[in-house]
Amino acid sequence: MTLQTMHRVDARGLACPMPIVRTAQAITSIPSGELLEVLATDAGSTKDFVAWSRTTGHQLVEQSVEDGVYRFVLRRK
Amino acid sequence: MSVVTPAPPITPPLPEPAATPAVEAPTRADELLIILESGDLERTWGTLILATSAAASGLKVSIFLTFWGFYPLVRPGVRITGHNWMQKMLSVMNRPGIDHLRMSRLNFLGMGPWMARHLARQQGVALPGELLDIARAMGVRLIPCQMTMDMFGLSREDLIDGLDEPAGAATVLEKIASGVPALFI
Repeated sequence: MTLQTMHRVDARGLACPMPIVRTAQAITSIPSGELLEVLATDAGSTKDFVAWSRTTGHQLVEQSVEDGVYRFVLRRK
Repeated sequence: MSVVTPAPPITPPLPEPAATPAVEAPTRADELLIILESGDLERTWGTLILATSAAASGLKVSIFLTFWGFYPLVRPGVRITGHNWMQKMLSVMNRPGIDHLRMSRLNFLGMGPWMARHLARQQGVALPGELLDIARAMGVRLIPCQMTMDMFGLSREDLIDGLDEPAGAATVLEKIASGVPALFI
């Protein structure tokens, strides 16, 4: 199932640490409980977003990869 | 008919465990201190990547910039710093500013850093100057070392905006003594 989200961070083409930096900046601008979609091409982001979600408490609700693009859906705590 | 009586226990029964264990649960760090002593491109770059990642992860980050690690704080365009000829000579030999850092090895008169920056651009890696701006925007505290400013003859006007008040070793040691994880780079 693909969750529909209203908010998106496009971090494609950016290397560490920019995907999580952009995500951290964006998630503070959405209301608590809402979903944020992040697109990234950095292969390290698959582990980084799991760790980042544990550190910050924002829930990683979905994770997938398609054609080299990683997609993460996070719920703001 | 014989009656078998159970043998008494060899070891006495264990005492009841105490109501509350004395061991405290490990606390999570919510702060990070980085002491940047090196002005080399690779170490400064790594420091800024770690600092911005930590800030993005919700940690309160401070960087104490001292000795050669201080030069990235010099405002772009400020070429020669210092009051006397030796301080000025030092700034000529170590061109200050975040965009002019040299590599500790294989610098090759700037060829090494040029190639590193070129590859970074190709691979979408943020440059040190960009990371420094992001760090400041994310509230990373940059604490200039007063002793280094005096030694190198630097004044507040030579430095970029958004810095903390200059401080000394005791300020960072207070953080370390209170349990803040610290890295010396």
